[in-house]
Amino acid sequence: MSAPNKSYDPVEVAALSPGELERAQAGALAAIAAATDLDELKAARIAHAGDRAPISLARAEIGALPPAARAEAGKRVGATRAVIIQALALRQAELESERDRRVLVDEAVDVSLPWDRTLAGARHPVTTVGERLADVFVDMGYEIAEGPEVEAEWYNFDALNFPPDHPARDSYDTIFVASPDGRERSGVVLRTHTSPVQIRAMLTRPLPLYVVSPGKCYRTDTLDATHSPVFHQIECLAVDEGLTMADLRGAINAFVAAMFGEGLRTRLRPDYFPFTEPSADVSMECHVCRGASTKPGAPPCRVCRSQGWIEIAGCGMVNPRVLVACGIDPDRYSGFAFGLGIERSVMIRHGVADIRETIEGDMRFSRAFGTEA
Amino acid sequence: MRVPLSWLLEYAPVGLAPDDDAGVAEMARRLTACGLEVESVERVGQDISGVVVAEVLDVEELTGFNKPIRYCAVSTGDGQDRHVICGATNFAAGARVPLALPGAVLPGGFEIGARKTYGKVSEGMICAVDELAIGDDHTGILVLPPDVPLGIDFIEYAGLRDVVFDVNVTPDKGFALSVRGIARELAIAYDVPFTDPAETGLPADALEVSAAVYPASIADPTGCDRFVLREVLGCDPSAPVPLRMRVRLARAGQRSVSLAVDVTNYLMLELGQPLHAYDKARLSGPIVVRRATSGEKLETIDHIVRELVPDDIVISDSTGPIGLAGTMGGVESEVSDSTRDLVLEAGHFSARGVARMSRRHRLGSEASARFERGVDSELQRRACARATVMLAEFGGGTAVPGCTYAHVDVEPVTITMAAGYPDRVAGLAYGLDTVQTRLRQVGCLVEVEPGVARDGGVTLRVTPPSWRPDLTDPADLAEEVIRLEGYQNIPVRDVRATAGRGLTASQRLRRAAGRALAYHGFVEVVSHAFMSAADFDKLQLPAGDPRRSAVRLSNPLTDDEPFMRTTLLAGLLRTLARNVGRGMPDVALYEFGLVFHARPDEAPFAPILPVDHGPSEADTAELAAALPDQPLHVGVVLAGNAEPPGWWGPGRQAGWQDAVEAARIVLRSARVAFEVRADQREPWHPGRCAAVVMLDGEREVLVGHAGELHPRAIAALGLPARTAAMELDFSAIERVADTLGPVQAPPLSSYPVAVQDVALVVAQGVPAADVERALLAGAAEVGDIRLESLNLFDIYTGGQIGDGNKSLAYTLRFRAPDRTLTAEEASAARDAAVAEAARRTGAVLRGAN
Repeated sequence: MSAPNKSYDPVEVAALSPGELERAQAGALAAIAAATDLDELKAARIAHAGDRAPISLARAEIGALPPAARAEAGKRVGATRAVIIQALALRQAELESERDRRVLVDEAVDVSLPWDRTLAGARHPVTTVGERLADVFVDMGYEIAEGPEVEAEWYNFDALNFPPDHPARDSYDTIFVASPDGRERSGVVLRTHTSPVQIRAMLTRPLPLYVVSPGKCYRTDTLDATHSPVFHQIECLAVDEGLTMADLRGAINAFVAAMFGEGLRTRLRPDYFPFTEPSADVSMECHVCRGASTKPGAPPCRVCRSQGWIEIAGCGMVNPRVLVACGIDPDRYSGFAFGLGIERSVMIRHGVADIRETIEGDMRFSRAFGTEA
Repeated sequence: MRVPLSWLLEYAPVGLAPDDDAGVAEMARRLTACGLEVESVERVGQDISGVVVAEVLDVEELTGFNKPIRYCAVSTGDGQDRHVICGATNFAAGARVPLALPGAVLPGGFEIGARKTYGKVSEGMICAVDELAIGDDHTGILVLPPDVPLGIDFIEYAGLRDVVFDVNVTPDKGFALSVRGIARELAIAYDVPFTDPAETGLPADALEVSAAVYPASIADPTGCDRFVLREVLGCDPSAPVPLRMRVRLARAGQRSVSLAVDVTNYLMLELGQPLHAYDKARLSGPIVVRRATSGEKLETIDHIVRELVPDDIVISDSTGPIGLAGTMGGVESEVSDSTRDLVLEAGHFSARGVARMSRRHRLGSEASARFERGVDSELQRRACARATVMLAEFGGGTAVPGCTYAHVDVEPVTITMAAGYPDRVAGLAYGLDTVQTRLRQVGCLVEVEPGVARDGGVTLRVTPPSWRPDLTDPADLAEEVIRLEGYQNIPVRDVRATAGRGLTASQRLRRAAGRALAYHGFVEVVSHAFMSAADFDKLQLPAGDPRRSAVRLSNPLTDDEPFMRTTLLAGLLRTLARNVGRGMPDVALYEFGLVFHARPDEAPFAPILPVDHGPSEADTAELAAALPDQPLHVGVVLAGNAEPPGWWGPGRQAGWQDAVEAARIVLRSARVAFEVRADQREPWHPGRCAAVVMLDGEREVLVGHAGELHPRAIAALGLPARTAAMELDFSAIERVADTLGPVQAPPLSSYPVAVQDVALVVAQGVPAADVERALLAGAAEVGDIRLESLNLFDIYTGGQIGDGNKSLAYTLRFRAPDRTLTAEEASAARDAAVAEAARRTGAVLRGAN
């Protein structure tokens, strides 16, 4: 860089002349515009805005001018330089966005490709539907009570008002545990229903009592499309002061609404169970056809077999004898119970035609239901 | 029970024609609504037409055929002779027969026309019983009594047009196993007068006792409290069964056998009282109702020789047992086609006794079904008298007047009930009048007791009728009122929410663990709950393994599987093999389920406690002592690929790691502290078996094992190579998890992390878990610096570190709560961690020596 020279004539410094600057600017703009990619633009930047570029050299000459001339020359150089820098920036942005477009297009993939690198897990519908059934009651304030599957006969039968010679206690219906010393009867069975849990709950929990008990049961049924010797039941039991069949009907309706949908009618018909008196079986209006299939000429309904009603449960008022066997005063307390098969609920709700599919363990069966049914 | 409409209407005169479909449907609905569920409604005889009564005028035997063929002239009385071809030979000229005229329709839509056959024109058909669908007999033409008017409509005459209800009778309603019982309910449902068939058609001497009749006595009043005999002498054993009786029996599903048998069956169906007919000539000595003695035998009429036990109630004469009371008679005294003198029996036997006997001998009969459910205890003399009348009339015999009547006095049942009790059960105010009316309708004697009951109302004293032994409690009476008033009229009271506490911690945990396994690719199954002796061997369980102490069943579903499972693996592995067999080689299954361990101190017998009061704690403890341990287990099994191959590259074979990780998934969901250690236990590969140990404070609890299965187990069970499995005692996990308080949130530092990599050389046998634990323990000693995580990123074995060694490379991430760690601090923390690893496991920092 030259030393200041007070007698210096700017016009005589060629690099700072307006003509030179215009040429520099025109050359720069032409090079910038001609750059077709970022590398060319980089070269143009070095050539026209780099340290050795005309405009940079011109700026270096400003110091050589007399002080009076510096301002004007500086302004001129600055303006020219600004035009070049701006053009560079614009072109840079253009080229970058072009490049990005090109690269992103190059990087495009087939997002529909599968990526199922882990196997699909699932819960069994008997579990998930069982949980749903239980939760309907839990939401009404019931608690889940559980009991053993190998159960004393007294809990499974006697306390539930099954007389000693009731046919259900026959080895035709009930699986008995052999006693270790070879006695004829061990007094121990595989529970044939979840009702013994009612007895256990009444003996161990304070009154009033609202419990629901899901669980596995065993009977000597022959396996076919609708019967399985191993199956699951869920039962609710309420024992309180002043409970009536009207409360039972209320609980049934709430249950059906939660499980199968609002507005379905329910129907009780007399039935017989030793542990309830009166007893009834519960039917609900078919949740699929809502009775439409019973009309002449209507398409048939697979779910209710065009009956319009589906039997879903057995129920009744707890037999006072059962309360007595549990040490509960039947003059003060009354109760109701109702129970249903979980597999049957799965079959009704999910259109399972053959109960065997629930116990065969074919992965395709559970997988169809996912983790929540 | 199958019951024809026409039979019911005889005693409950509801005006209803069998072809009134809507009326019939309504009747089925009303019966069902009162507790007699009509399972099906069958129209019978309604598709038959054009059959009339005709007389056979002349029979011409055609010859030249390989069976007898008759060309018969018949007349319907209209002066026009017809000819029909017939293959039966059981009739002669003059017989009256049902004739299907050309154009007639027989059951099943079978149309009759005039047709040429055997060289003749047959103008219609004379019919056998089976062709009219009133029996299965095709041995001959149905020959009608000679006094039947010619030309009348046979369908009308025989009462063929009918409806049959199939009623499912619940075990408490023995009375409804009869036309009498169902007609009574029908009369109530339609509010029409009921005629009791038990009071209909009785002779004057129905209740009279006579010493002239065959003698009998009751030796065991616990087995029988009423025993009636009557005699009819000189019956014609070939006398025909009246057509209408035959039709009704057929409609009810009973085969026609002989007049004596048909009459007893008919009255059993009508009244509900089983009757038995003996051939008097084959009885010897007085009849005694008693218990059998050991060693006695009886051949019943089904030709099976029964070994009797002292609990059996038998009818005996001087030769020994001649019948199983109320169940089945013996062949020796059975009526035959030559029997002329009959002894008729009507007994009232112990319901329990008959039930036990019929089950013991695997012998259910129409009679035992009724006695088990309860038969009217005042019906025996009436039923027996009617049988006598009918046999004398239809069989041309002579009834011996009076009966033998052995009986034991039975205390009548009376029930006192607050009149308001049915209201309180139903939640509906019926009122005193309704309650009394309904109870009287079912036959109860109802008296109002003087005074005021506890509830401020009146008390009723109710004596149920002899045909309702099921009514013993106020609850039974309440049910009668409520069912007759209609369940549909019970109001609905909305649920009142109660204060429930929701799921227990264990119940929530079970759901969480199940979901965690499902989210990790395991599929839940419900596997087989039973095991065979061979299963224990296939699983390679050594003698004395506690899993061989199984609960044995006395009547298992299949004889070769008499044990309750002691491990989930037998069932799970079977299910795994099934999936592989169905073409799904990549299997990952899980199951939650109880397993059953016979306890060494188990009581051999669970007592049957009384039911008239609640059990004491000692009582329930006694019951509990007889039950096996029943912990909840969780198990997984895996085979094939844990990760499938795909366009991304090869898959990853499932192995011991996945099984062990499944255990970690379960235990992490329970938030319990645990360690995984090498162990040896069947059925796992001895070098690839992990024990999972929970750390409950100072206590260590072994909860199960995981790893690859033993090759011998894999071979024995026919499983894919490298099949892996895990099984944990989930109940044990629940017990520890239950003691955990809520999660306490860790402090989160926002200062930078200091990352340090170390490679530690240890002997091959040193478990990585030990090195990891030592690093964590060492780092924990360094002031407030936290080892936030450590990651094993490489395992190296090779010449550089010497044989028998391995190098474990870890990334350690340190952080301080309140400052940026200096390089010196981070190194010091690392050194402390490594020092502890060196102390505990002999680890040497790689490159440091």
